[in-house]
Amino acid sequence: MKYLTIHNNQTVNIKDIPVFTYREFLEENIVLLKGQAKKHCVNYFGVNDNLQIKLYCCIADDDTHEIFINSSIINIADSIPSLSAQNHNFEKFEREIHENFGIKYTDHPWLKPMRYANNRANKQLGIADYPFYKADSEELHEVGVGPIHAGIIEPGHFRFICNGEQILHLEIQLGYQHRGIEQLFLQKTKLLERATLAENIAGDTTVGHTSAFSNLWESLCDVSSDKSLQFSRTLALELERIAIHTGDLAAICADIGYQLGNSVFGRLRTPIVNFFQEWGGNRLAKGLIRPGKINYPFTKELAQRLKEIFIAYERDFNEMADKFFSLPSVLSRLEKTGIVSYEEALEIGTVGMVARTCGLNRDIRSSHPSNLYGDLFNHEPIIKHQGDVYSRVKLREEEIQQSILYCKKLLENIPEFNKAENTEIKPGNDKFTLSLIEGWRGEICHCAITDEQGNLKAYKIKDPSHHNWMALAQSVRNNEISDFPVCNKSFNLSYSGHDL
Amino acid sequence: MFDNLKIVWHQGKQFIPDVVAEVVPGIFRGRPIISLAKVNEDKLVELCPTGAISKAPCSINLGKCTFCGECAIQFPEKIAFTKDNKLSTNQLDRLIIKEGEDSPIVLNPAKIRAEIRKTFGNSLKLRSVSAGGDNSCEWELTASNNVQFDMSRFGIDFVASPRHADGIVITGPITENMAEPLQRCYNAIPEPKIIILAGTDAISGGIFADSPAIDRSFLSKYPVDLYIAGNPVHPLTFINGVLELTRSKYMKK
Repeated sequence: MKYLTIHNNQTVNIKDIPVFTYREFLEENIVLLKGQAKKHCVNYFGVNDNLQIKLYCCIADDDTHEIFINSSIINIADSIPSLSAQNHNFEKFEREIHENFGIKYTDHPWLKPMRYANNRANKQLGIADYPFYKADSEELHEVGVGPIHAGIIEPGHFRFICNGEQILHLEIQLGYQHRGIEQLFLQKTKLLERATLAENIAGDTTVGHTSAFSNLWESLCDVSSDKSLQFSRTLALELERIAIHTGDLAAICADIGYQLGNSVFGRLRTPIVNFFQEWGGNRLAKGLIRPGKINYPFTKELAQRLKEIFIAYERDFNEMADKFFSLPSVLSRLEKTGIVSYEEALEIGTVGMVARTCGLNRDIRSSHPSNLYGDLFNHEPIIKHQGDVYSRVKLREEEIQQSILYCKKLLENIPEFNKAENTEIKPGNDKFTLSLIEGWRGEICHCAITDEQGNLKAYKIKDPSHHNWMALAQSVRNNEISDFPVCNKSFNLSYSGHDL
Repeated sequence: MFDNLKIVWHQGKQFIPDVVAEVVPGIFRGRPIISLAKVNEDKLVELCPTGAISKAPCSINLGKCTFCGECAIQFPEKIAFTKDNKLSTNQLDRLIIKEGEDSPIVLNPAKIRAEIRKTFGNSLKLRSVSAGGDNSCEWELTASNNVQFDMSRFGIDFVASPRHADGIVITGPITENMAEPLQRCYNAIPEPKIIILAGTDAISGGIFADSPAIDRSFLSKYPVDLYIAGNPVHPLTFINGVLELTRSKYMKK
């Protein structure tokens, strides 16, 4: 076998992961992905090992629910051919390996710094030195936006090359949000510190990232999570999806100047986030999901309360959504704007919500289910085919309705919650764990590797935005620059989740 | 036309009439009270993920606290978080809550610059800069101006350009990569101008305080006019904090 086969949240011994020469490793992974829409790379990273770099490649198969892992050892001074030259799924992963370790790729098509990480190999150049793609022509002009944007959002720099009002090319430069989270995971050894880090990866996906961390940590320490923890994570994931999707619909309305929709969707997010407040004391669910325990039991009273919230929410949401999707002035801004084709989505390695709007069925809830997914209900992903802003907006509406159904189903059978107890749990020695979760944006992947004493040796985080930023850059080509805000909002990607 | 009116009618009254008296529904981890009960303080100090708890006397620094509430869960006889959402001050040491204390967090009137109330007392335009913020504080700042919290009723708004702004609201621990853009944004704001730090990450660096990837040198150059604690800052906390700073009638006695 050219790889080790595992399932989501499975812990394995490092020594069981096959090690190949780089050439075999490259060929094997290229062949694995060739012409396969059902397989994609969920994580590919390097770990520093005595002046050598050990590369781990993790490829998920959505049909068989398996994940294939293999590895290779290279020297820091090596010049090697890239996987990206043959498959663009690896583009950003290899840029990260290049940035962090100084590995030289001989044929990488887009070998630029990824985020100017603090632990990068080349400290000579800083974030202001980013080598933007240039097109010299008297007909064309450049528009630079950011890093600080007009709204209350995170920083990132967008550089457009335009012909009049028309966008020919967009390059997105990120890294401004880099806080060194992966390094801090190794530095900080207390479980509560690490859980706090996990919930700060991307504050709008607190539940997604804390659930991925908690599932991973429990597997790594070989403890099982009881039904109440799984129930809480599943319910919270769906509530987070409803809350953020609703807020996004409001923001889309704002970007096309539809005030009524902005106000109504904006205020409808409030009862959902306030429910998180009632359950766990924080509107963005910080402090709620923890490995091995939950401090805030889900009671019958909370269930009753959530049912009441849904009754009021659904009435007003459906009324507003029906109106919104019937307005020609709204539809003319959304339809055929910012298109990503199926072929582009596949080439980029797009995941989650964005993939599903291009006809590409990628949803961890059905392909690699954990917690109560696949157990309590078999998730059927909602798929759209146009890949335009309209699809991404319509998908949100339908996913909100689907998530409400799931929440109601969960409320039918509330498990017993035990008193939260802090038990000492410790990771195994020389282990590797991989955890996948479908957050509201898409696939979140956390990987951990321990050393011979059971200390963390590497912690790798991959937010769905890692893949999807390139889809945004592609989608705006040949669109008018005035449509950029609504395109951007329809993706709503994470800066902090990408920059880490 | 009529179905639009129907939708508006169905929303009912959404706005919070009195943002000062409003109580947050459910559990809220606001200003803590620390009792004089004897507990193993070393364990308590060790528990906190951000080193916000000190011993002898036992105290919590809300500038460092992530409001995870773990201390109150583990030591319920010692620490309780109240629903008091007024967590703003202009003097850092006033964010340190000591054992046996149960009084509101207030601003130091002597430290409020004279021009602030005179110039910004009726209208205040703010520029938000996320400098490593994780998008939770940013969501809540946006929510401050939704139809429920409706901060603009007080003439307080977020604006798109620093040149239109009277002050800067910083969220996040200030990353190395954002240090220069932040400085440039601050320089572009006309005088007089104020600085507000919103959220634990901005006030102390939070869980990122000892990360080598952050650069907080900006904060040593200028006086900070308001610290608003929270993780993220609740919209009510934010609105009340800004009102207390800019209007004397909102000052707590």
